Amino acid sequence: MAEQLLDVKDLHVYFKVYEGLLKVLNGVFLNVGAKEKVGIIGESGCGKTTTMKAIMRILAANAIVAGGTIAYRGSDVLQVGMQDLMRLRRTSMSMIFQDPTAALNPVFKVGEQLEDIVRYSEFISHTPTKQEVRTKAVDLLKSAALPEPERILDSYPFQLSGGMRQRVCIAMSLASAKDLLIADEPGTSLDVTIEDQIMRELKQIVEDRGLSVILISHSIGAVKGFVTKLYVMYAGTMVEEAPTDELFSNPVHPYTQNLLKAVPKLTGGGVPEGIAGRIPSYLTIGDGCRFASRCMSAKESCQAHAPPAFDIGNGHRVACFHYGDI
Amino acid sequence: MKGAVFRKGPDYGKSWHKFSNNYLSQVGLGVVALVAVIAIFAPYMAPYPSNAGFFVNYPEAHEPPNWIHIFGTDQFGRDVLSRIMFGFRYSLMMAVVVLSLVVPLGVVLGLVAGYYRGGKVDMVVMRCADIFLAVPPLVLALSICSVLTPSVFNAMMAVSLMWWPWYTRLVYSISSSLRNEAFVQAAEIAGASPFHIIFREILPNCLGPILTKITLDAGWVILIGASLSFVGLGAQPPIPDLGTMVSDGANFLPEQWWVSLFPALAIVLVILGFNLLGDGVRDLFAAETV
Repeated sequence: MAEQLLDVKDLHVYFKVYEGLLKVLNGVFLNVGAKEKVGIIGESGCGKTTTMKAIMRILAANAIVAGGTIAYRGSDVLQVGMQDLMRLRRTSMSMIFQDPTAALNPVFKVGEQLEDIVRYSEFISHTPTKQEVRTKAVDLLKSAALPEPERILDSYPFQLSGGMRQRVCIAMSLASAKDLLIADEPGTSLDVTIEDQIMRELKQIVEDRGLSVILISHSIGAVKGFVTKLYVMYAGTMVEEAPTDELFSNPVHPYTQNLLKAVPKLTGGGVPEGIAGRIPSYLTIGDGCRFASRCMSAKESCQAHAPPAFDIGNGHRVACFHYGDI
Repeated sequence: MKGAVFRKGPDYGKSWHKFSNNYLSQVGLGVVALVAVIAIFAPYMAPYPSNAGFFVNYPEAHEPPNWIHIFGTDQFGRDVLSRIMFGFRYSLMMAVVVLSLVVPLGVVLGLVAGYYRGGKVDMVVMRCADIFLAVPPLVLALSICSVLTPSVFNAMMAVSLMWWPWYTRLVYSISSSLRNEAFVQAAEIAGASPFHIIFREILPNCLGPILTKITLDAGWVILIGASLSFVGLGAQPPIPDLGTMVSDGANFLPEQWWVSLFPALAIVLVILGFNLLGDGVRDLFAAETV
C-alpha cells in the first residue's frame, strides 16, 4: 500500500437552515495515497463538492462539522490553526473549480492573480523579485498548455475563452498544489471536445508532477480512463469503494449497478435504464440506508440503521447489508 | 499582432463614450468643473473679493441687480455674486471633508461586516448602522449641531456621523454576496489571508457602486450643509455660506428677492451638477448592454 496522504473518516457535515438541519454528509470516508488518482462519482447534490469543501475547509458559514476526522499527512485539517491552514493551502493542496469564469476575479488581469499566488506559494524562503515571479508564472501557464503565456498574463479573464480560463485555473492551482489536487468537475462547463482535451492534459500534468488527485464527476466516462480508484457517492454517503477495473467489472452495491446501467452505450442495446426516484430530502432523512427508498432489493431491516462499509477483499468496500445476495 | 485583440490598460475612449452616452452627464461634468474652478479661484474671479467677509457699504445696500452688481447687493451693501463665488468654497469643502471622512470608514466597516457575515462583527457593525439610519438624517444632524457650538467644522462632523451607515449598508450588501463567489473561495484555497481577500478580491469589485454613490452624495451633503446653515446651526455670519445667505435674505423677501434667490439658485446648480455627473458615472460602471 502506498504512503497515506489524505484519510477522511466518518465525516458528518450538517447545514443549519431556516427549515431545520440538513444532514448532508453522513459518515463519508475517503482514502488517498501519495501519487494516487482517485475519482468520486455520484449524481448532482449527493455531497461530492461539500466533501471537497470540507477538506479545504471552505464550507459556508452555516455548515456544522458534526463529526469525523480529515487526516492530512497525519494532522487533522479540521483542527489545525489558521496559520497552519493557510500554509497548507499555499504549499500543499489546491482545488480546480467547476466554473472557471466564476473562479477568476473579473477586475484583475490573469497575471496579477497568478503572480499573487506564485509569490506566496513558490517562494517560501525568500522574497522573490518581480522577474522571478513572472518567469514562474509563465512556466506554470506553459505547463497548463497555454500558448503565448506572456499575452495571457496581460489579459483580463473576460478576454479569454472558456477553455483558456480553465487552463489558467489549472495553472493557478498547480502553483499551490504540491501534493494534492482536487478537481471538481473541471470540464463540466466546457464543451465536450475541450473537456476531453483538458482531462488528457490534466492527467499528463499530474503524472509528470507526481500529484495525488481527487477527481469529481458525474460522468463515469470522464473518470474511467483517469483514476485508479473510484468512490461512488449517494446522498451524502460513500456506498462503494473499489479499484476502477474492479468497480466496472464487479459492481456490488445496487446503486452502483443501476448507475452503470444508466450509461448510454455506443454498441446499441436501446435506451439505458434510469434509476426510479430521486435523492431523498436531507431535511427529513432517516437513520437507515439512504438508498433504501429507491432500492429494488431493500428489506425492512434496511430502514432501521445505516449499513457500515463491508470489506469484501481486493480493496473493495461496499455499504450494503445484502451485498452477498445481489 | 500583439494588442490587436488584447489591449493593455484601460480604454479611455470607450469609457468616455459610455459616460457621455447621455449628454446630460457632460452638462453635469461641466457644471461641477465650473463650480470647482470658481471655488478655487474665487479671490481672483470675484468682482469684489473683499465683500466675502466683514464688509459694510451702506450707501450701496439693497441694490437690485444692475450692471455694477449683477446679482444685486444685500443689506450691508455686499455684492451677492462675489459672496456666491466664495460660498461655493464652503459648499465644496463640506462635500470633500465629509465624504473623505465617511467613505473610508463606511466602506471598511461594510467590507469587514460583509466578510464575516453572520458573525459577531457583522452583528455589532450593522446594528449600529441601523440605529443611525433609524433617526431621520437632518434631525440627527440638527440635534448634534444644537448641542455643539454652531460652526462649519461641527456641521461637518455632524453630517459625517449620520452619513457613514449608508456606505456601510451599500458595501455590506455587495461584499456579503461576493463573499460566496467562486473567485473568493479560489483565493481562500490558494492560502490568501482575510486582509488580501477583503481588500484585493472584494473591494475592487465594489468600486463602481461606491464611486457612483460618492458623486451622487456630494450634492446631498452640500444640501444638508446648506440646510444646517439656513437654520443657523452651520456656518456663522459673516462667512459667505450659501445656506446662511438664503436665510439672511429671507428677512427681506419678497421685495428684495435677489438676496435669497441667487444663492438658492447656486445651491440648485451645484446639486443638479453633481446629480447629473453621478448619472454619468453610473453609466460608466454599468454592465455593457450591446
